[in-house]
Amino acid sequence: MTARVCIQGGDFDLSAEVAALRLADKRVGAVCAFVGTVRDQNVAPTLAAGAAALPPEGALPPRGGPSAAAPILSMELEHYPGMTEKAIEAMIDEAHRRFDIYAARVIHRVGLLQPLDQIVMVAVTAAHRGESFKACEFLMDYLKTQAPFWKKEQTPEGARWVDARVTDDAALARWGIEKPNT
Amino acid sequence: MKLTVKYFASIREALGQGSETMDTASTDLSALRDELIARGGPYSQALARGKAVRVALDQVMSEESAALREGCEVAFFPPVTGG
Repeated sequence: MTARVCIQGGDFDLSAEVAALRLADKRVGAVCAFVGTVRDQNVAPTLAAGAAALPPEGALPPRGGPSAAAPILSMELEHYPGMTEKAIEAMIDEAHRRFDIYAARVIHRVGLLQPLDQIVMVAVTAAHRGESFKACEFLMDYLKTQAPFWKKEQTPEGARWVDARVTDDAALARWGIEKPNT
Repeated sequence: MKLTVKYFASIREALGQGSETMDTASTDLSALRDELIARGGPYSQALARGKAVRVALDQVMSEESAALREGCEVAFFPPVTGG
C-alpha cells in the first residue's frame, strides 16, 4: 500500500497518484483530487460568506519588506520534519472518522519552487462523489492552518515570509474546528 | 529538566539557530517562552508576547499551558503557511 503522506522535493504525477490510490478497489465510484500550484502573485482570496472582514491586502506591508504587489520569482518551502508527517496522518485519520471514504493521500513539496510548479496534492476515493468532495476540501482546509509548513517568497524587492490568512482559519472553522493559526 | 527546543521559519532566522538543548526549571510551555524572552536580544523580539507564535510539544500543536516533560521536544514557529 502506498504511504498516505509524502513530503518530497520532487514533482508528482497526478494521474499516476490517482491510479495508485484507486488501484483494484472495485468499491470506488468517486475520486476527488486537488492540486495547489505556485502563483506569481500574492493575492488575497475572495472572502467566503460569513468570514470575518479583513483589511485590504497590502494595507500594512511589513516595514522595509517587499510590497504585497511585488511579483513572486520563486518560493522556498520549509517544514518541520517528523511533525509534518504526524500532523497530516492525524488529519487523514480525522477525515476517515468524518466521511465515508476509502483512501486518501497527501503529497506536499518542500524546497525551492517556481511559479507554475505543483506544490500540494490531496486525493480521496469514496463510493460516491459527495463524500470525496467534502473529505478533499476538509483535508486542504486542515492542512492550510495546522500542518507545519512555511513559505518564503523571493521578489525583485527582496524576500518575504508569507503571512497566514484569517480566511484560512475561517475555512477550518466551517468544519467545527477552532484552532486559529493567526 | 533537559529538553530540546526547535525554531522554524522567521523565528529560526531571527535567532540564528534552528535547535538547541536546554536545562530549564520551567514547568510549562508558557514559562519556557518567558524564560527565552528574558534572554533579551533577538529572543525578546522573535518570541514577544502579543506576537503570533505557535508552539508544538513533542511534534503536536499545543496550548502554552501544556506541561513540559524530561527529554521532550518543544518547537516555536510563526503561523503556518503551507498548501
